[in-house]
Amino acid sequence: MIRAEGIFKQFGDQEVLKGIDFTFEASKTNLIIGKSGAGKTVLLKILVGLFDSTKGHVWYGDRDLCSLNKAQLRELRMQVGMLFQGNALFDSMTVEENIRFPMDMFTRMTVGEKQKQVDYCLERVNMEGINAKFPSEISGGMQKRVGIARAIVLNPKYLFADEPNSGLDPKTAILIDALISDITDENKITTVINTHDMNSVMEIGENICLLHEGKLAWQGNMDQVIESDNDILQNFIFASPFLQKLKNRAFGTT
Amino acid sequence: MTGGLLYHIGKFVGWHAEIFKRPENMKMYYKETIRQMYEIGIGSLMIIFVVSLFIGAVTAVQFTYQLQGTLIPAYYIGYIVRDMAIIELAVTFSSIILAGKVGSNIASEIGGMRQKEHIDAMEIMGVNTASFLVMPKIIAALFVIPILVSVAAIVSIGGGYIATIYGGAFTAEDFIQGLRSFFKPWTVCMMYIKAFVFAYILTSVACYQGYFVTGGSVELGHASTRAVVYGIISILIADYIIAVVLTS
Repeated sequence: MIRAEGIFKQFGDQEVLKGIDFTFEASKTNLIIGKSGAGKTVLLKILVGLFDSTKGHVWYGDRDLCSLNKAQLRELRMQVGMLFQGNALFDSMTVEENIRFPMDMFTRMTVGEKQKQVDYCLERVNMEGINAKFPSEISGGMQKRVGIARAIVLNPKYLFADEPNSGLDPKTAILIDALISDITDENKITTVINTHDMNSVMEIGENICLLHEGKLAWQGNMDQVIESDNDILQNFIFASPFLQKLKNRAFGTT
Repeated sequence: MTGGLLYHIGKFVGWHAEIFKRPENMKMYYKETIRQMYEIGIGSLMIIFVVSLFIGAVTAVQFTYQLQGTLIPAYYIGYIVRDMAIIELAVTFSSIILAGKVGSNIASEIGGMRQKEHIDAMEIMGVNTASFLVMPKIIAALFVIPILVSVAAIVSIGGGYIATIYGGAFTAEDFIQGLRSFFKPWTVCMMYIKAFVFAYILTSVACYQGYFVTGGSVELGHASTRAVVYGIISILIADYIIAVVLTS
């Protein structure tokens, strides 16, 4: 479980987060949703310790992220995997070297053990046989999958994903969502995804936090989204005229 | 402006505590250091060779012209070329060239990694990025740049020899006699002291500019330019200080 407690974040005069309290539940797919500029990425970066909050605490179980020293923070980060919006795959390394990098850096595994784990991770994301390719030689969707493989290679307890569907076609986006959701269930990982993709919200949102202008505007799960009468949520979910028409037709409203 | 300068100097000095922390995995750092040695050394060899050859040649031609019609013995030209190459031209010119070539390369590489979230990705994995990305570059530079400077000194003297002999101004014997006259081994020590200091300056300044870059491609371009400009200015200031200290 990860708990954000009274998180404030200010950049100069601009207050981006204004007191976020939210619990990201263990072994579930937690979503942070909201419009662009709502503070999703800032909150995610505070959760993983890339940004310091101006005020507030982030709890990983009973450990306060803000009070950890650098060594303790590194130890915690060994339990964290992250998929970045732009994938952040190292250009000068092959797919295999990218996935192997955390093992090379932090484990004393043998070459054979590392190879086995790389092959397992690539198989898990349905990307067998691309070990020798460079990131520039594979498509955006494939890069996302390789990013996921790298994020899970050390069997993390926590998985973070910053807009995993950005730049992908709807079909590939659904596959990536399903993959993350399956990995979360199989490995009992606490997953936090930052997204504004409606498919993700409706398909994998087991615990959802809606941010609006730096504040928590709504919380619930995918089943509660449609039924909610929260205006901010409804305006966000049914922002497009097409979805608005569908909703009106489904619920018989005008 | 002074406040900003002091802020960056303080940040730069404080940052070194992160850079020289114990590596997480010595083997990875070793591999990265070897890669950097190749990048800096082999990648810069050709330009150092060409520039040094012409600097030696031009020095010889210019001094030949200056010495014409004077009572200074002809063999002095070898002595002048040798000492100018060893004490000043080889090391300072090479370092300035490397500040341009290697410095901008390092700043762009690290800055690009910052912008593409590679540094964040490493941080999330638990890597001490300041150490992993900077220490191998500094160590590689400290090994390789003095070797490049040695090459530059030898090639400069060779350039002077070619220009003098094939220019027909003096004989080879005169030039070689000059090379063997008044030699002080201390000048070679000075060259290496300068090479080590300049290597450290040009690498660490470039790494600093790249590591803390914010914004987009325009800012990355500015950081790369700053790496070169600040690197060169710092090298020239250090050159003066070293010259004053070591010759006093």
